[in-house]
Amino acid sequence: MSLHPLRRDAMRERRRYRSRVIVGAGLAGAGLLVLFLRAGHLQIVEHEHYTTLSRENRIRVHTIAPARGLVRDRNGVVLARNFSVFSLEIVPEQTGGVDRTLALLHEILTIDEGEEEKFRRQVRQLPGFESIPLKTRLDEREVAVFSVNRHRLPGVDIHTRLVREYPFGEALAHVVGYVGRINADERSRLEGNPHYRATRHIGKTGVEHSWERTLHGYAGLEQVEVDARGRVVRTIDSTDPVPGAEVTLGLDVGLQLRAHAALSGQVGAIVAVDPRDGAVLALASVPSFDPNPLVHGIDRESYAKLVGARHRPMFNRALHGQYSPGSVAKIFLAFAGLDQSLDLALGRVWCGGSYRLPGTTYEYRDWKAGGHGRVGLERGLAESCDVYFYELAYKLGINRIHRYLTRFGLGQPTGVDLPREAPGLVPSREWKLATLGRPWMAGETIISGIGQGYVLSTPLQLASATATVAGRGVRLRPRAAIRIERNGVAEDLPAEDLPPVVASGEGYWTRVIEGMEGVVHAGAGTARRIGEGLTYRIAGKTGTAQVVHQETRTSPDDLESIPWERRDHALFAAFAPVDDPTIAVAVVVEHGGSGSRAAAPIARELIDHHLHGASGEPAPLIAAGAR
Amino acid sequence: MYLPRLRTRLARFDVPLVCALLLLTGIGLLGAYSTGGEPLLHRQVVRLLVGSGVMVALAHVEPGNYARWAPWFYVATVAALVAVFVVGSSAKGAQRWLAAGGFQFQPAEVAKIATPLMVAAFLAKRGGASRLSVVVGAIAFIALPVLLIGYQPDLGTAVIIAVAGAGLLFIAGMSWRLLAAFGAAGLASLPLAWYGLKDYQRERVVTFLDPDQNPLAGGYQVLQSKIAIGSGGLYGKGWLNGTQSHLDFLPERSTDFVFAVLAEEFGLLGVAVILVLAGIVIFRGLWIAGQSQEPFGRLVAAGLVLSFFLHVFVNVGMVSGLLPVVGLPLPLISYGGTSLVTTMAAFGIVMSMFSHRRLLAD
Repeated sequence: MSLHPLRRDAMRERRRYRSRVIVGAGLAGAGLLVLFLRAGHLQIVEHEHYTTLSRENRIRVHTIAPARGLVRDRNGVVLARNFSVFSLEIVPEQTGGVDRTLALLHEILTIDEGEEEKFRRQVRQLPGFESIPLKTRLDEREVAVFSVNRHRLPGVDIHTRLVREYPFGEALAHVVGYVGRINADERSRLEGNPHYRATRHIGKTGVEHSWERTLHGYAGLEQVEVDARGRVVRTIDSTDPVPGAEVTLGLDVGLQLRAHAALSGQVGAIVAVDPRDGAVLALASVPSFDPNPLVHGIDRESYAKLVGARHRPMFNRALHGQYSPGSVAKIFLAFAGLDQSLDLALGRVWCGGSYRLPGTTYEYRDWKAGGHGRVGLERGLAESCDVYFYELAYKLGINRIHRYLTRFGLGQPTGVDLPREAPGLVPSREWKLATLGRPWMAGETIISGIGQGYVLSTPLQLASATATVAGRGVRLRPRAAIRIERNGVAEDLPAEDLPPVVASGEGYWTRVIEGMEGVVHAGAGTARRIGEGLTYRIAGKTGTAQVVHQETRTSPDDLESIPWERRDHALFAAFAPVDDPTIAVAVVVEHGGSGSRAAAPIARELIDHHLHGASGEPAPLIAAGAR
Repeated sequence: MYLPRLRTRLARFDVPLVCALLLLTGIGLLGAYSTGGEPLLHRQVVRLLVGSGVMVALAHVEPGNYARWAPWFYVATVAALVAVFVVGSSAKGAQRWLAAGGFQFQPAEVAKIATPLMVAAFLAKRGGASRLSVVVGAIAFIALPVLLIGYQPDLGTAVIIAVAGAGLLFIAGMSWRLLAAFGAAGLASLPLAWYGLKDYQRERVVTFLDPDQNPLAGGYQVLQSKIAIGSGGLYGKGWLNGTQSHLDFLPERSTDFVFAVLAEEFGLLGVAVILVLAGIVIFRGLWIAGQSQEPFGRLVAAGLVLSFFLHVFVNVGMVSGLLPVVGLPLPLISYGGTSLVTTMAAFGIVMSMFSHRRLLAD
């Protein structure tokens, strides 16, 4: 019986397949055998030879960590530097018993309990051939004592290291940040990066974190001859490490110290930027912390204490604090109204002290009982008339409000070269439905008009958006670093343009800016007190962000009678000089009461310093006093 | 004879094969701990769990699906290989990585599976590799990813895919005459390939041919790894006691050169265990390949097993100084995620061909 031809084909195919697989298997088997014979040859026949080589293997390649680049302010003042310290390090597998070694060390040196606990933790976590620091700051006496006893302590050695130092301490902690020991997580991410092999510290926050790769540099290599214990006998050859580049910040340390001091005893943040290139001139968050102890690592308890301290000093309010912009938002709404050519923005409104949505009875109050009377855009801004902006917000509607606030950069990270910036929030119908599961209410549009409700912004965003007004729509990404210097060659970092805010009609920017000028210079301006005696002109806007809902709020006049944490946040955003702005600043004082009293004078002080302080001219006002 | 048998889910797995695979990964964990302590061990265990999950999942896919999806998978892989040049990130002077949804992967690793699948599907559809036109077509399918990967440059992976592809053609019945002709053509083009190599690759070949020329530069790695293996002797220095690796002499000790660490610490006995386990995987895998009723299944399984063998051969060959250093991991044992997961995925596919062998017969 003959098979179906297809079937026969399949059979033939299978037979051929089988024979070919047998050939393949044979080759594979032969290959494995070759490998085994090779290993056998090395391990049995040449075993003696390689054992000798292994014992005499005295050439080791050491990696040398590069010196970290300095961080300077715009005038060259050093903000982060390095100094040498001696540290005692132990390679556990070379000691012949970590406990015995520690006992011996206790006899000759004082070892801090926290340090020892930390050391033991690392002994458990890291492979035994890694050098682990036990005591990080030995003085010269201790170095001498150790040297005398060195022969009793195999696997223990003294290393000279460069340690990072921050001369300005807490005043710059939130900008420069700090470096800390590389943890297991970071180490695993650096796996395979040869330049970090000898590095112990890495940027944890601030510029130290965001410019890590630039500041770090490239490791050097050193071929050394070692003895049987792994101790270096002599150096054969070496390649020097390439030190990290110097990073120059746009920051002016004088202005920064002034900002930090101005907030002392209060809780808040200040950001100043240069509207011409986006450089951050000052960025302060108070309370702050001293970054220096964190470089060496503090014990868990102290760290927890620091993180959990009152007003959270580790929290960077300038970047991560999200506040209602309050009346500061009126600047952007005024522009939106003009840009959309709303009759209202071009004309006037009657303010009788309260506002009602058509067909409802609820009254939205103006901050000024009795109202402002007939109000146009400029006076609306200068006197911060709520009713004018209730009406404007109603006419604009939430969709357009969303669009314009977003255009000014609110509700999204600015993209500054500082880590983990908070995005803030510009609400929209879609956002509310998706997040809260409820539809948008008309009343929420009204309070958005005075920067209340869901709107949230960071001090950095407010400063950047104010700079956009100063630049009449030109937007620049705020940036901390402005220059990088490698091997003496300086490279200026270019300013980065963002999509500009283009006005649809001529004179719109001028009208908004005139309104802001009125805040400081008009007779009824909300911040008129800081305008006294000014030799230049400031355009600003006060803001008071409610912390507690309006109904339960007491009048701001008797501030002292309100418990601190129920008082309103005080805000002020400004730029100067008006015709050729060189600084835009945003000040937020948590629970400061009102923007005009708590925040505006600080802004004035900083602008004075910026415009006159540096040139040596006496600040013309402070003496006459706003008080 | 072809009656379908009811099988439990577990019986889809070939016990000897799975045991050998898991023992090899276990040896890999010993190596990871020895070279990097707990952090490396933890991460490798996580990857092992992921790899096992992938293997189980792929073993349950019907072989027919692999044949159907092979062309799309292949096209996607080639696209990813092209994308590497456009948006990929580089490491050590070669562009290999692509980021997708928060994690990085090397498309070249995926090509190790996609290419055999495509070639097997193509050959199975055209009834084997007996006709010249079919052979030329198959070679084109192999050459495309090989050239893209070689250009990254990742010479090791390119060679593995090329040789595994040639092996697949051989198993698919390519005639000896054609084989000889293409082999001769390949040898003749070697001098041409020399000019296509990057400097560091040429240096490696020179180093391989004359390792003592400069023991501290190129030959350093191989010399140190030979010292590690040789000083291990018959029984080894004991786990965690390898001086070569712990004193930092041995580069890439947790990844490509982990075999040297294991040979130093466990001696020739350890080497024998590793090679025997690899042998079990290869022979059992080829036996499984023969069980499949479909030409596609047979070819895929044989191709993937062959690729595994080549990995072992090239890696151990380079670490022990038999072959030039090309930078290939030892499958299942070297520390690293992509290699472990793709190897386990490949054996998941092999077992799929096995577990469906009788169901397909009717």
